[in-house]
Amino acid sequence: MKKLLLATAATALTCGAAFADDHAVKIGVLLGFTGPLESLAPPIAGGAEAAIAEVSASGTFMGGKEVMAIRGDSTCVDSAAATAAAERLVTGDGVAGIVGAMCSGATGAVLTGVSMPNGVAQVSPSATSPALSTLEDNGLFFRLAPSDARQGELMADIIMGKGVKSVALTYTNNDYGKGLADSFAAAFEAAGGTVTINAAHEDGKADYSAEVGALASAGGDALVVAGYSDQGGAGVIQGALDSGAFDLFVLPDGMVSDALTEKFGSDLDGSFGQHPASKTDGAGKLEALLADAGIDGASVYAKEGYDSAAVLLLGMHKAGTTDGAAVAAAITEVANAPGEPIGPGELAKALEILSNGGDIDYVGGSDVELVGPGESGGSFREVVIEGGEFKEVGFH
Amino acid sequence: MDFLNALVALSNFVLIPAIAYGSQLALGALGVTLIYGILRFSNFAHGDTMAFGAMVTILFTWWFQSMGLSIHPLPTALLALPFGIVVTAMLLILTDRTVYRFYRRVKAKPIVFVMASMGVMFIMNGVVRFIIGPGDQRFADGERFIIKARDFKNATGLSEGLAFKTSQGITIVTAIIVVAVLFWFLNRTRTGKSMRAFSDNEDLALLSGINPERVVMITWIIVAALITIAGTLYGLDKTFKPFTYFQLLLPIFASAIVGGLGNPLGAIAGGFVIAFSEVTITYAWKKVAVYLLPESLEPTGLVQLMSTDYKFAVSFVILIVVLLFKPTGLFKGQSV
Repeated sequence: MKKLLLATAATALTCGAAFADDHAVKIGVLLGFTGPLESLAPPIAGGAEAAIAEVSASGTFMGGKEVMAIRGDSTCVDSAAATAAAERLVTGDGVAGIVGAMCSGATGAVLTGVSMPNGVAQVSPSATSPALSTLEDNGLFFRLAPSDARQGELMADIIMGKGVKSVALTYTNNDYGKGLADSFAAAFEAAGGTVTINAAHEDGKADYSAEVGALASAGGDALVVAGYSDQGGAGVIQGALDSGAFDLFVLPDGMVSDALTEKFGSDLDGSFGQHPASKTDGAGKLEALLADAGIDGASVYAKEGYDSAAVLLLGMHKAGTTDGAAVAAAITEVANAPGEPIGPGELAKALEILSNGGDIDYVGGSDVELVGPGESGGSFREVVIEGGEFKEVGFH
Repeated sequence: MDFLNALVALSNFVLIPAIAYGSQLALGALGVTLIYGILRFSNFAHGDTMAFGAMVTILFTWWFQSMGLSIHPLPTALLALPFGIVVTAMLLILTDRTVYRFYRRVKAKPIVFVMASMGVMFIMNGVVRFIIGPGDQRFADGERFIIKARDFKNATGLSEGLAFKTSQGITIVTAIIVVAVLFWFLNRTRTGKSMRAFSDNEDLALLSGINPERVVMITWIIVAALITIAGTLYGLDKTFKPFTYFQLLLPIFASAIVGGLGNPLGAIAGGFVIAFSEVTITYAWKKVAVYLLPESLEPTGLVQLMSTDYKFAVSFVILIVVLLFKPTGLFKGQSV
């Protein structure tokens, strides 16, 4: 009986979709379903599709239109494939907006190759490269993952706030480490601080005494370790503690982990850092909401997936059109204050407020707040180590 | 005062780490050189056998730790070391019986031995990862420091701290003892003399009634002891991770070749040459220079010849230079 019901419902749904096709709004979900991050793509897509389904089910979107998600594969590493998939979505399927792409390289390629020429609004849930901040986008591009540059600036502020004026800097030798280190060094020096040395370390080595020797020789009041807590980052800290080279450490997101405090205990007392985290209860709510749909909301950027689709649709609703430029202008308004704060699962309410001419401030599951050139400022939690444990200091 | 500060900074970041690292390399290179001298091939499985020896020692250490056995303030691993050596020796004799003996019997060329040892290397590599996993293992216990950097600063009033880790102290002391025993064995005992005779001239040694299989077996046992000690000391001083032992192969071979393959004294000298070159070339001399030079000459840069990323390149370069200009090594060894 249950199966029959399900089948009937499914058939009805397809009929409905086919019937509604003419006036349904289509959203492209362009993510790396194959490639190096393929394990992360399904939860992000699930999040985006959950938001789309929620808006569609409300029956009030743009005067009762339905919304459909159409998937495309951006592959993450192959920009040509990503551009081709986006081109198909826009010209073939006629999508009104794109949620994606996933990796920074593919995202930039889709933006310049497809979204801009066709005037389609694009919201990436996960691209973090600082390069995307300066890329020409005609205002059409948004992203909800904070740029790595943002954390660098924030870290510089926090260190300056503690009265530390000169630091040594070491980073794990990959795009994440290098990007973060460079943005931090630029921000810290602009604020009047001195970076005595900016040196890479390789992960997975047994011995970091040579690296620590160079860092110690350069000197500084603190050591900034832009690495990983279970890799070279911990090795460098071990070497620095052993040789007495540094006893104050600054720990960005890759280092803020219990693995670190378990290893060093109270030796790290006084060291501080920050990592992206949500200060509202939105994250928990959204995870519960997605769990009901069988999606792992705790997976990286799954929440941003939901929020990306949500701001895109709310922007369309506010603009009353699917024209890219108008939607893009409206997205900043719905995502930021002033207005009624909107959490996950409250999209129907948001649509209603907008229909009545009200203002909303979409918060969602990842504390959406758009700054600068259409990207999430991100919410960071500042922590300090006391008694061998990370203690929360506040949010930025 | 400035001079003392410079000296302390230099000891803390260059001398002590380089001496400890040099001792570990010297022990490893001694094993390579013994195998080369007596069995006449370059054993590529050396690094991974080192990992195996260290792994067995770690397993015994964990067992002892779980029983509450301890020789505080020394690390328990020292207690487990003899057991590690015995198991490693058995493994090496087993590989010799199953692999190398066949090639000896058919009088295979040295290059065939080298290829066979590469096969052994891959198997050993897999066995270690299979048993203990590819990740970091912690087994160090006991007192971590002989001198702590902060205590040293407080005690002397200098602005530079000096840290001397227990593992570094143990490494240096053990290396001295092992080398002394090895040389006594090679020069004074009958078996040692027969090994040297076998190494110098195989045919003559056979004619004078030396049993080649016995010499080979004793060589493997000595190599097992050297390898396990070197591997365990390296793991104690740094960290145990199978992959890092594979990476050690290059500096170890560089040490043995720089010193002169087949020459035990050369292996030790080579170990320290490589260790000191790696550390001093990649060290940023700014701190020492600031202490020593008058203010007007103080450097603004880091005074670093090479970024630390190029550490392994240093052993490569030394290796190439030595092979080009002095193929038999600093001490007269066999040419490669």
